[in-house]
This record gives sequence, structure tokens and C-alpha cells, in this order.
Amino acid sequence: MRLDRSLIPYLALAGAIILIAVFAPWLTPFDPYTQDLSRALAPPDEINWLGTDRYGRDVLSRVIVGSQTTLCASLLMLISIVIVGSLIGSIGGLLGGRLDTFLMRTSDVFLAFPQMVFAIAAAGALGGGLFNAALALAMIGWTKYARLARGLVLTIRSMPYIQAARMSGSSTTAILLDHLLPNIAGPILVTAALDLGTIIMELAGLSFLGLGAQPPTAEWGAMMNNGRSMLQTAPWTVLSPGAAIFLTVAAFNLLGDKLRDVLDPKNN
Amino acid sequence: MSRYVMSRLIQLIPILIGITFLTFALMQLTNDDAVDILYQQSGSVSDEVKAAKRAELGLDQPFIIQYGQWLKGVATGDMGRSYISGKLVFETFIDKLPATVELMLVSIALTIFVATPLGIVAAVNQSRPVDLIIRALSFVGNSMPNFFVGLLLIYFLALKLNLLPIMGSDWRAVIMPALTLTVSMSAKYTRQIRAVVLEELGKPYVMGARSRGVSEFTILTRSVLRSSLIVIITLLALSMGSLLGGTAIVETIFMWDGVGKLAVDAILTRDYPLIQAYVVWMATIYVVINLLADLLYHWLDPRVGGVER
Repeated sequence: MRLDRSLIPYLALAGAIILIAVFAPWLTPFDPYTQDLSRALAPPDEINWLGTDRYGRDVLSRVIVGSQTTLCASLLMLISIVIVGSLIGSIGGLLGGRLDTFLMRTSDVFLAFPQMVFAIAAAGALGGGLFNAALALAMIGWTKYARLARGLVLTIRSMPYIQAARMSGSSTTAILLDHLLPNIAGPILVTAALDLGTIIMELAGLSFLGLGAQPPTAEWGAMMNNGRSMLQTAPWTVLSPGAAIFLTVAAFNLLGDKLRDVLDPKNN
Repeated sequence: MSRYVMSRLIQLIPILIGITFLTFALMQLTNDDAVDILYQQSGSVSDEVKAAKRAELGLDQPFIIQYGQWLKGVATGDMGRSYISGKLVFETFIDKLPATVELMLVSIALTIFVATPLGIVAAVNQSRPVDLIIRALSFVGNSMPNFFVGLLLIYFLALKLNLLPIMGSDWRAVIMPALTLTVSMSAKYTRQIRAVVLEELGKPYVMGARSRGVSEFTILTRSVLRSSLIVIITLLALSMGSLLGGTAIVETIFMWDGVGKLAVDAILTRDYPLIQAYVVWMATIYVVINLLADLLYHWLDPRVGGVER
């Protein structure tokens, strides 16, 4: 795939955020976990640019390290559901029959249910923690990719070049890997790019409810939950992680929108 | 017609069984249960006391039997009792449901009143400054999680400007939580309405009406809006899922005494019967809303089939 020039600024923006997350431990001015009660709830000044929280921890450092927590969890979860979902969907679409029916009925059950409601119940049932929150979201999230991949495979399956490959003796695995996956990758990539922002917000939402990242982990949703009772006296404890979520989600949404326009010109 | 409604409601059963079985199974994976949480505050309680309590609540039974008993109860209209408060789950829910429904209805009404005109104005003025501003606003709203929107509204409207109460007992208490949900929903919705109206405006009948000298306003209100209505309702029905999830977060922020807050509180105390009831109620509400939307399309556009059979 040739890189479209107009994508570069969007890739740069998203790439910058990913770089911040990767190098987070070296970028923080202070240790994000060191408490200094003598400077608790200090407003933003020249020492702590974004102020401190109730334990005197530097908010800026926690926001920077939080990018790692958030992006790592969201990306890992997204990549897993994209791979698992697309494989299940393509296999179902390719083989058809009972297996396909079973897989689709299973995904029907999940699709007929509000995702966040299930995630709240499931994350609560699993007992909190960032991994469990991501798992709860993943349990419904994969169905979207299974549906999408299956639909794409069903369209491509009947195309002449697949029949030609089959006639010349390619195995099902070879057809799946060599012909189907490369051809369904585009739409799946666009869906995934547009999904990342939502996943970041949902994971942060679960942490905000106390069902995701647990203290003292620096995570944006959890930080906002800790700060919200002090919104009047120490608004920086809430507004800084909130702004970080907004900027990150906005950057990935911009990239997703642009990617859709580039890969699928029909859709605009 | 009634047969169609019945068949749709029957389809709800496998969904409910699948989802409740899964949540029930997930709850078995954790180490501490409701009994541990219940006695956490009262300090050291002997294992015999805990075991007795577990036996009383049926928590010592194998998981599949617990689930079977719960299912049998639900089938006979008994959703069990809360492990913590000991109150009937069904009654607790019916008690809290009106608050959530009120919040949802106000949010939906506000969303329709905000997003529909914005979407139409943006579409009519495509690529002009008004359109760009509306699209930018909708993009910003789309990139903000609803709890951040809620906290921003509290910070600016309640704490800084002192315009609205964060909570309270009079009618104004619903405004802030409803506004929070409205911002998130309208952002998505404005964008979709704009797309639908744009598509409709490009159709030949609009050009026909224009060439006959029908005014733009009449074209918009009489034809375009009318034919976009079905898509608008579909999109609204689809957004119910995120609204139902959103109410849990928003109710928690604004201490709104509805089922969402009840569920979050129940989760923190591992009160299984309440969590299960929450899942059942939300799924039911979701399916019923989608069914109503389907019936509404049929009423708006009798060409849409499926309802008769």
C-alpha cells in the first residue's frame, strides 16, 4: 500500500502520542508515585506544571505515565479482538455450515446487548483491575470484527480468483492467508482505527467507576475518579487527565477518519 | 402484528440466558464473594459464620445449581433478595427505574431538539463556515468521554457560574445529568443527521421540486426531513445501547438515584442478584426500545415489511 501524503500529519500526531507513551518513564519531571504530603494539592506552578494531587504526587508526571497505561491496554486489547474476531469471522465465512451458524448465533447474543452495560457487569463480576476491564470489553468487542470479516469473506469467496486458486489446488489455509486476509485488511484496519478512540474512552470509563485500573496505578480515568470530589478546590487533578484523554482520542479519531477517506473513497 | 411483537420478545429469551449465564460464570472466577465483602467492616469473623452465611445465601452450592435456581426464580417472577440489604431485588429495581427512565427520556428529547436542527443546518450550508463550526463541535463532543463532559459541566455551570444545581430534589436536578448525556449523544447524532440530509438533498426529487419553484424551506420540512425520518429513528434506536451504559456513569457522578448507580454500587459489594437483575433489565429495555423503533418505521413507511408476519 502506497502511503498517501495527506495522511502524514495525522500519522505524525498519533505517532507523537505513541512516542510519549513509549518513552514515558524518561519524560516525567518527577516520579509519578512518590508522595510528598507537604505539597499536597498544590496548584500548578513552576515546579509542578499541572499541580499535585491529594498525596502530593506530580499530576503532569502521572498524566505522562498514564498515557502508557492507557495506550498499552487499549492497543493490546484492540489488536487481540481484531485478530481473534477477523479469524473467527473469516473461518466461519469460508467454511460455512454449522460452525458458521454457531459462531454467528453467539455473536448475535452479544450484539443484541448494550456493550458498556455488559462491560460494567462483567468487569464488576471479574473484580476490577485493568486487565479484567479490558477483558470485559473484549468479550463483546470481537463480535464487530467477526461480523465484518465474515461479510467481506462472503463477498470475496465467490470471486473468480479465489475459485482459480482453489482449482489449482491451494489449501484452505493458503487461500485464507494469501488471498482473503490481504483483501479484507483495509476495511478492518479502518474500523479498528476508528474503534481505538472508543476503546480508550470505555476503558477510562470503567476505571473511573473503580472497575478498571486500581490505585495507585497512574491511569487517566482512575485519576479523574480520585480527583472528582475535589473538583472545586483542586480542579487540575480532574481537568489534566481529562484533557489528556480528549487529546489522545481526538488524535486517533482524526487519523481514523482520514484513513477511511483514503482507503475507501466511496464513503465520503 | 401482535404475533410479530411476540416473536421478537421470544427472541429475547436466548439472549438473556446467554448473557446472564456468562455474567454468572464470570462472578465465580473471583476469589472474594459477597460474604467476604459483607463482613469486611465487622473485622475478623470466624470462617464458620461466613460458611453459615454462604449456606443461607446458597453460595456454597455448585455454580450450575446456583444459576439454575436463579433462572427458576426469574421464570416465576422472583429475582431473589439482595445479599447486602436483604430486600427483594425486583422491588428495589422498580423503585429506582423511574429515575433512570426520566433521565433517559429527557436526554433523548434534548438530543432530538439539539441534534436535528444542527445536522440540517450543517447539511444545508455544506462546507460553509456554519457547517465547519458544527462539524468541529461534533468532533470535539465525540472525542470526550461522558464522565469528562459531566465533570466539565459541573465545574463551569455549577461551581464557576452557579447556574444549575449538581443535585437536588426539584426539577432542575435532572438538567445537568441529562445535559451530559445529551452532549455525547448529540455529537454523534448531528454528524449522522447531516450525512442523511446531504444524501437526501442530492436526490432527483429535490431538484424536481426546486425547478418547480418550491421553496427550500418547504422542500426541507415537507420532503427531505420526512424521508430522512426513518434513518433518524434507526440511528436513535441504535444509540440506546450507549445511552443505557452512559446512564450508569452519569448517575454515579451526579448521585442520581437510578438503576445505573444501583448497579455500580451492587458491583462494588459483589451483590450478585442485583447485578444479574441489572443485566436482565437493561437487555429487556434495549430490545423493547428497538422493537418500538421497528414498529414506528412501519407506521411511518408501510413499505417496510416484516411486521405483518
